[in-house]
Amino acid sequence: MTANGWLQILLFFAITFALTKPLGVFMTRVFGGERTFLHPVLRPVERLLYRLTGVDETREMRWTEYATAMLLFSLVSLLLLYLIQRLQGVLPLNPQKLPGVDAASSSTGFAASAFNTAVSFTTNTNWQSYVPETTMSYLTQMAGLAYHNFTSAAVGIALAIAFIRGIARRESATIGNFWVDFVRCNLYVLLPICLVGALVLVSQGVVQNFRPYDTAKLVDPQTVEVDKKDAAGNVITNADGTTQKERQTVTEQTIAQGPVASQEIIKEFGTNGGGFFNANSAHPFENPTPFSNFFELLCIFAISAGLTYTLGRMTGSQRHGWAVFAAMTVLFFVGIAVSYWAEARGNPLLAGTDQTASALQPGGNMEGKEVRFGVANSALWATVTTDTSCGAVNSMHDSFTPLGGLVPLTNIMLSEVVFGGVGSGLYGVLIYVVLSVFIAGLMVGRTPEYLGKKIEAYDVKMAMLNVLIFPLLILVLAAISSVAPSFGTSQLNNAGPHGLSEILYAFTSGAGNNGSAFAGISANTYWYNTTTGLDMLFGRFFMIIPMLALAGNLARKKTVPPSLGTFPVTSPLFTTLLVSVIVIVGALTFFPALSLGPVVEHLLMRACQTF
Amino acid sequence: MKNLITAVLMTIVTTILLGLVYPLAVTGLAQVIFRDKANGQLIRRADGTITGSRIIGQPFSSPGYFHSRPSAAGTTGYDASASSGSNYGPTNKKLIERIKADVAQAQVDNPGRLVPVDLVTTSASGLDPDSTPAAAEFQVARVAGERGLSEDEVRCIAAAHTSGRTFGLLGEPRVNVLLLNLALDERKPMPKP
Repeated sequence: MTANGWLQILLFFAITFALTKPLGVFMTRVFGGERTFLHPVLRPVERLLYRLTGVDETREMRWTEYATAMLLFSLVSLLLLYLIQRLQGVLPLNPQKLPGVDAASSSTGFAASAFNTAVSFTTNTNWQSYVPETTMSYLTQMAGLAYHNFTSAAVGIALAIAFIRGIARRESATIGNFWVDFVRCNLYVLLPICLVGALVLVSQGVVQNFRPYDTAKLVDPQTVEVDKKDAAGNVITNADGTTQKERQTVTEQTIAQGPVASQEIIKEFGTNGGGFFNANSAHPFENPTPFSNFFELLCIFAISAGLTYTLGRMTGSQRHGWAVFAAMTVLFFVGIAVSYWAEARGNPLLAGTDQTASALQPGGNMEGKEVRFGVANSALWATVTTDTSCGAVNSMHDSFTPLGGLVPLTNIMLSEVVFGGVGSGLYGVLIYVVLSVFIAGLMVGRTPEYLGKKIEAYDVKMAMLNVLIFPLLILVLAAISSVAPSFGTSQLNNAGPHGLSEILYAFTSGAGNNGSAFAGISANTYWYNTTTGLDMLFGRFFMIIPMLALAGNLARKKTVPPSLGTFPVTSPLFTTLLVSVIVIVGALTFFPALSLGPVVEHLLMRACQTF
Repeated sequence: MKNLITAVLMTIVTTILLGLVYPLAVTGLAQVIFRDKANGQLIRRADGTITGSRIIGQPFSSPGYFHSRPSAAGTTGYDASASSGSNYGPTNKKLIERIKADVAQAQVDNPGRLVPVDLVTTSASGLDPDSTPAAAEFQVARVAGERGLSEDEVRCIAAAHTSGRTFGLLGEPRVNVLLLNLALDERKPMPKP
């Protein structure tokens, strides 16, 4: 670890902190229907959208209707994305003449890959089992995938606002209007910042065009050895099991292009994470400079940090907002410290390499990392992208050291509540807040209260339902896959405990709607496309429904004035309790699985064991 | 039912706004303000053929060039239409053996010296345009010998294509391998074999 590395990390956090209040205030005004400086331009557009879609912006919804509207919108937009993918071959903006997604397997009727992708982007996961540059046309990328980057983020934020209203309102049957929250989020919060941010990224070298892929003549043509393939494209193996090699001369480089910047910005700002290219934000066309990297990192945390301020503002307890912020801060710094330390320490198995940090190199474990980012920015990004539900990567998590890779995996297992996904992070952490208050109430022997609302049996049941669905999905699906040689373990890129980590990471990422991967796993198969698809779908919506039920129930309650026995949710004691509850719930659930994956691998790596 | 109709209309209207109007507007602005960057910073020869992109790495393995990092993009490496890392875990035998072989090869020039780690590890994208100043320094003697230039002059050309941290703080120091090699060719082309 270097002083410069820590300085970058601290600067990043300081700016996030500075953005929290302005963004929080702005979002409070937008969702409260107050005027902002953008109203003269955007208010007419907002009105037009309501007129075109038949929305009455004064109408309030009960939680059940709010949930129904959200589900209907998600379903319809999911179907549209599925259709765009399947039909892209006949649609415009397809200079590479890519066929429809799954065109080859469409005879079976069910296009598992297109289904997986449609679910993935609708649920704000952006898990990608496909290689974008050879699969998706420009139209699919922008009108299908980037579009969902906006809407799935807006849905998440709308839900968080609805939840906050549930806490803030008293004796109210309703929690807002889904359509209004959704439209306002897109128009006032996401669109203006993306428009400016996209241009900032282009100024750094992120491409934005509709060119066909360019072909460059290599300066130094190469002769490389590749696996020999037969006419059907299968690798030929010798009798002794080794593959036949042939020499191939490479004289050209095909350079993929596309409307990248407009997607890149919302990918980070909406904590989506689906790369325009396979290498995601490690690709020089997605993230060309240290400055673009820093800017993208800030975009990932911005909204979620701001929402903690919105929480304080809307509930009338600003200090509660900061107490939640403080808990997140603690977990963030623990994560980055472990991951940066592990990556900077390097891999003891790489004999003959110089991994020491010096003025001439960052050193550390550089497999799967870019030189311009080094270990500090790679570890920082891995922590930030999994603290939130972003899932974009600027380095390959699969090649991290075992403890370095343990951090992103654990972050997702803690339900991504360290700032978290836009919206989903806030309502995720509020579930833990309800549990913390409940546990504190048990300890002092009084009915627990949260900001004047009594927390009763129904509320705790809903909170627990939300907490339990998550590990159930991950552990069951990972268990099945890891004992199935034919369709489960056959798709792994790494043997030994690292293979288990790959499977575990896939389903954790899916259920947590993260989308990053230990990407060695070849997940573009019928089994993985279908199971991770369901994993993402249930991980999103089965957790939202109990959360909205809880919000609706809280909104109905009277408030009681705080008494001497009330556990204050603004104190350092509360922050400590909240952190403990998050860690204990996560650790109790996942420790056995983690100890068989990354922990064992770490011990074996130190003992110089390979697989 | 009313919400279903709204859902359909909302999907259509917002797809037009966010999925078409927004990216087209960004493209228009980007093409006007940052034309070169929006199109990938392509390097063209006098006859119009493209040599590469300034920010996309290319493979270099001839002794007279500074070598780029190994690449896992595509089957042949540095395939800029199939970006990818190796995704080998830290205890993977294939990774350890690959690095062992690359280290042995690199040490031919500098017997006994430790090889800067980035020179024998694949990048995340497989298209990393950079290597570390340490990796460049490691190769100066070989490149200077092959080209018949003095080591100091090669060092000087390498320094011209080295970027420090942004604002002295962000990122890591790095050498753009493609631009450095093009500059070497301009200074003194490789003797024809």
